[in-house]
Amino acid sequence: MIGGLFIYNHKGEVLISRVYRDDIGRNAVDAFRVNVIHARQQVRSPVTNIARTSFFHVKRSNIWLAAVTKQNVNAAMVFEFLYKMCDVMTAYFGKISEENIKNNFVLIYELLDEILDFGYPQNSETGALKTFITQQGIKSQTKEEQSQITSQVTGQIGWRREGIKYRRNELFLDVLESVNLLMSPQGSQVLSAHVSGRVVMKSYLSGMPECKFGMNDKIVIDKQGKGTADETSKSSGKQSIAIDDCTFHQCVRLSKFDSERSISFIPPDGEYELMRYRTTKDIILPFRVIPLVREVGRTKLEVKVVIKSNFKPSLLAQKIEVRIPTPLNTSGVQVICMKGKAKYKASENAIVWKIKRMAGMKESQISAEIELLPTNDKKKWARPPISMNFEVPFAPSGLKVRYLKVFEPKLNYSDHDVIKWVRYIGRSGIYETRC
Amino acid sequence: MPAVSKGDGMRGLAVFISDIRNCKSKEAEIKRINKELANIRSKFKGDKALDGYSKKKYVCKLLFIFLLGHDIDFGHMEAVNLLSSNRYTEKQIGYLFISVLVNSNSELIRLINNGIKNDLASRNPTFMNLALHCIANVGSREMAEAFTADIPKILVAGDTMDSVKQSAALCLLRLNRTSPDLVPMGEWTSRVVHLLNDQHLGVVTAATSLITTLAQKNPEEFKTSVSLAVSRLSRIVTSASTDLQDYTYYFVPAPWLSVKLLRLLQCYPPPEDGAVRGRLTECLETILNKAQEPPKSKKVQHSNAKNAVLFEAISLIIHHDSEPNLLVRACNQLGQFLQHRETNLRYLALESMCTLASSEFSHEAVKTHIETVINALKTERDVSVRQRAVDLLYAMCDRSNAQQIVAEMLNYLETADYSIREEIVLKVAILAEKYAVDYTWYVDTILNLIRIAGDYVSEEVWYRVIQIVINRDDVQGYSAKTVFEALQAPACHENLLKVGGYILGEFGNLIAGDPRSSPLIQFNLLHSKFHLCSVPTRALLLSTYIKFVNLFPEIKATIQDVLRSDSQLRNADVELQQRAVEYLRLSSIASTDILATVLEEMPPFPERESSILTKLKKKKGPGKVPDVEETKKERNSDMNGSTEPASVNSSAVTMSTPSTSTDLLGLGSAPVLNSVAPPSAGGSLLVDVFSDNSPAVASLAPSAEENFSSPRIGSTDVVSDDPAAAVHDADELVDKFVCKNNGVLFENQLMQIGLKSEFRQNLGRMYIFYGNKTSTQFQSFLTAVICQDALKTQLNIQTKQVDPAVDGGAQVQQILNIECVSDFVEAPILNIQFRYGGALQNMSVKLPVTLNKFFQPTEMTSQDFFQRWKQLAAPQQEVQKIFKAKHPMDTEVTKAKIIGFGVALLDMVDPNPSNFTGAGVIHTKNIQVGCLLRLEPNTQAQMYRLTLRTSRETVSQRLCELLSEQF
Repeated sequence: MIGGLFIYNHKGEVLISRVYRDDIGRNAVDAFRVNVIHARQQVRSPVTNIARTSFFHVKRSNIWLAAVTKQNVNAAMVFEFLYKMCDVMTAYFGKISEENIKNNFVLIYELLDEILDFGYPQNSETGALKTFITQQGIKSQTKEEQSQITSQVTGQIGWRREGIKYRRNELFLDVLESVNLLMSPQGSQVLSAHVSGRVVMKSYLSGMPECKFGMNDKIVIDKQGKGTADETSKSSGKQSIAIDDCTFHQCVRLSKFDSERSISFIPPDGEYELMRYRTTKDIILPFRVIPLVREVGRTKLEVKVVIKSNFKPSLLAQKIEVRIPTPLNTSGVQVICMKGKAKYKASENAIVWKIKRMAGMKESQISAEIELLPTNDKKKWARPPISMNFEVPFAPSGLKVRYLKVFEPKLNYSDHDVIKWVRYIGRSGIYETRC
Repeated sequence: MPAVSKGDGMRGLAVFISDIRNCKSKEAEIKRINKELANIRSKFKGDKALDGYSKKKYVCKLLFIFLLGHDIDFGHMEAVNLLSSNRYTEKQIGYLFISVLVNSNSELIRLINNGIKNDLASRNPTFMNLALHCIANVGSREMAEAFTADIPKILVAGDTMDSVKQSAALCLLRLNRTSPDLVPMGEWTSRVVHLLNDQHLGVVTAATSLITTLAQKNPEEFKTSVSLAVSRLSRIVTSASTDLQDYTYYFVPAPWLSVKLLRLLQCYPPPEDGAVRGRLTECLETILNKAQEPPKSKKVQHSNAKNAVLFEAISLIIHHDSEPNLLVRACNQLGQFLQHRETNLRYLALESMCTLASSEFSHEAVKTHIETVINALKTERDVSVRQRAVDLLYAMCDRSNAQQIVAEMLNYLETADYSIREEIVLKVAILAEKYAVDYTWYVDTILNLIRIAGDYVSEEVWYRVIQIVINRDDVQGYSAKTVFEALQAPACHENLLKVGGYILGEFGNLIAGDPRSSPLIQFNLLHSKFHLCSVPTRALLLSTYIKFVNLFPEIKATIQDVLRSDSQLRNADVELQQRAVEYLRLSSIASTDILATVLEEMPPFPERESSILTKLKKKKGPGKVPDVEETKKERNSDMNGSTEPASVNSSAVTMSTPSTSTDLLGLGSAPVLNSVAPPSAGGSLLVDVFSDNSPAVASLAPSAEENFSSPRIGSTDVVSDDPAAAVHDADELVDKFVCKNNGVLFENQLMQIGLKSEFRQNLGRMYIFYGNKTSTQFQSFLTAVICQDALKTQLNIQTKQVDPAVDGGAQVQQILNIECVSDFVEAPILNIQFRYGGALQNMSVKLPVTLNKFFQPTEMTSQDFFQRWKQLAAPQQEVQKIFKAKHPMDTEVTKAKIIGFGVALLDMVDPNPSNFTGAGVIHTKNIQVGCLLRLEPNTQAQMYRLTLRTSRETVSQRLCELLSEQF
């Protein structure tokens, strides 16, 4: 179990130090700083073993979070906890930065007391935490309220308290996906591609509603298809997607998912992440990058890059950014592009081409002349891949939300009364094309 | 942000550096650097010419980025361009970039060399200095090739500025270090020596460093530097502290220069010229005098500088080893340091004293400090200083103070650090043996030693005790008693038990009369410890038991019971089991007579080592002996880790001949006989019987003999050589080799040089073996064979250089191919130099290549002989010499010597049978010289008459000289 948790700034100064177990000494703080933060060579492994003590760290901008233990713990659990911790902190005070952490010392210690007990992770649900750890001044609670909190935190449904009431029952559902791609230089062959997605919900529902979430999961569709005609199964088969793996929020009844593959749950109040999933098959690649690199002698390089958008013309992609790496001995760059803006950024050794908006089934191109300085080094340029960033209003995995039903037997509103909003956002992860 | 005006600094650079320093993270730093690199690249693109200032600035930035740890793969060209600038700052940055960044295989090296050449040729001293510094900093082979010819010229040119000369000397020194083979020797060397007379002390200092290094390589070339160095030194030493202005360091005049001059003088023997010598002695005396004066300053720098000069002077005195007066004074001076507050001084004093102790002149003087040294041993806090104290005690030990020193060392041993215990044990053992007047004292000491530091007592030490006890009747009873008493301690060391078992087994009867040590008590005492021992010790104890059966028949039954017990008869260890079985049978079957014969007392061990000892003692004063001997012993003990079967067997065979039957049973002297493998001794019946059914006997404990009684083969061969005299009396040494081809040529504390040679007609091949006797590596090991003057044309010697590093304890071989062109007189000189622990060692030995080596023996009849004899009757062809015999006149020895000389010994040729005649042909490349000789001994007068007739006068002369020295 986790023996202690430290938060450092980029210089390695300790901002937060909370020790849960006696086997973690004071010197552990320094050991991590010396061996990881100040290490001569960058430490790439998130787990470091120093003198029989394990350090698990994650880095958020310039802040290091490190969990320490002397025991043989489940590393995945520790990292899950650390990520959760980050989420909780973001939910409380926004961006994790040195200044924010310094301004919220007391809050963070309070949180750490609550979400870890003797090194064992406890309730880390932001919604639940917010009911009793508040950023406002101490509000004297009535006995009733206190007992309510206690029964909620210790009860079966720790993530939702009873007696919530809304005038308007509303529900927001976001499908957020990031596409990762590595393409061969010819622009024809996909070397590797996967989509990792999240379903994020914001619910403002009264009472203790029971929800049921349905999507075009291949297994579910196929099962239903068996009963109906072949045609429907064929037509719907195209629509269904194969999910490689998925994880759920603690509110989802896993037994039901295992047996019926249906996702049913009592949602927490407010914002939460319902599920995470990953797909690798039949991915819709929103953009295609076609690079053309020509070396003219030793001192010149001609680069031409064409991007093609590959989705419905009615949709608009946003925040498109293409990053074309330049050789290390570049001495000057001339860029011509029809659309958007392109600039050579010397500090990053790349040409960055930005386009604000682009509709589907279009294409655009950029050409650049790169001047090189002859060097006496015989090493050839490694030609790193061209990478791309974008945002599209659909799910590249093809996931579709089929339904989200809400049942609240005790209160007098039905599924129809709930206002539901669904939104799809596809973003680029590591979206690269070799050149 | 630092305010830097454009005049003296580079604002852009300052801004860039402060930007980098302000970066919050590594990523930010890399981004900033990338940006700067792109900027510099665009500037260097070559669209428009950059002015010198910006070029300098950008090169500077690149250098800074490189020093931060990033790769720089451009900008070299710009840096090279800076070299041709006329501004100092730009040139300086160019040179800086090149010294830091340019690797030797760069294609730019030609351009760079060109730039350097231009600067060297310019008469501007600052530019020349920059160029010289660059060469010295890079120091690559290419640069050495390009400039080794020019730099000496600059160095000796009359019109060169002082500062340039200084740089040139140091630059040449550096090139000589990196590629010594490229630095040419030429007429400039003699002029370099005269730089010692330069007005400018900086030049003198630089030149001294250079000359010292070069003189180590070829001492002959720089011989003239000695007198110059002496006069320079005397000028410095006698100058008042204000005379030298800038070169006076805390009231000490030019300490660095003095130290360097003294080092230089250490490359050479004491100067032969009386005046120079006198002046040097005067200098050294002045330095010693100055040490006595009260310090002019309380600052530590003052005393450091003063002591540095003093210690260097003392090592020169030790190196010369010729002025008794100085040696004694040096010793007294060091004696004062022994009680100094500074730990470093104490350490240095002890170390220098160690070397002083080996000089015959100062040995007595060193001895006066014994109390202080002992005190140092007891009270010193620093272990390394204590270690030196032990070394010094060992070095100063002789018969007069041995008892005291050994007692002190034993005392100290109880509290000594574990790291040096083993060494002390060995030293105590050696000293105790060497200076033992009273052997009861010796036995006491060693038993004490085992008691105090049993774990550190190596096998050889207790083997030696036993050898000595067995060889000396007078201590046997005493030692049996002492051992018996020592064994009564509740816990005693296994080594003590081994000694006890052996001695009681042999001489237990001598103390059996006393009821307190009756046979049964003795046996019970030993047996009570039996089960706590390791297998080899148990085996030894079993042998002791069977010896007891012979000595004390009354306890035979008890012993047989013990042997019969299952723990012996069925022991898991084959060796123990076999011994038990055999001893049991032996004791029950054999009659008392046989038992008595078989288990007879061990015969005395032959004294092999001491023969060398006595010889050495006869030759040299007592002062010199300890060193030579000690090194020999230490070397033996160093090597003893593994037993060498060959030498063990040979020594054991010779050993066991006097009493085959006793030894063969593996009693008492188990270690000895076991190394005699059964098949090797086929003579006796007993051997056959036992060798059939007991092959295991051969595998017992290691031989006791090896380490003590048989010195290495190399050293036994040439016992007659006096190693210490080798350097100085090389002629005498060459004489030893006139009649033989193999042996040890030279030996001192550090190394041993062995020789093996073979000659055929006019060709010869000589294998020289350099053995490192220390445990540290010799560095820059360099050998050179020097043929002087006429010898160059008379003898062709070719050889390959040996590996420059010789590991501790290792031996390297060098092969010389020798061709005799014409007859010669002088012997070639082998010069060896190497670094041992920082100090440069230099020695020269004459190689025993003499004319007679190229003899081919010719057999001829009496008639032929006299016919030729008469043909060579011309007066210049005959040489005759009558001389007194130096050695006993033994016919066989004489014959052997004549054959060894190379000629054929012709029997029955001379009418007088006591005369010797010989004939041979000397082969050289140019001519062949026939040679006849006749040696007529006169036993009554102890005289010889040697007559030689050859066809060449010079040959006759030389051969006569060589051969007459042999008898």
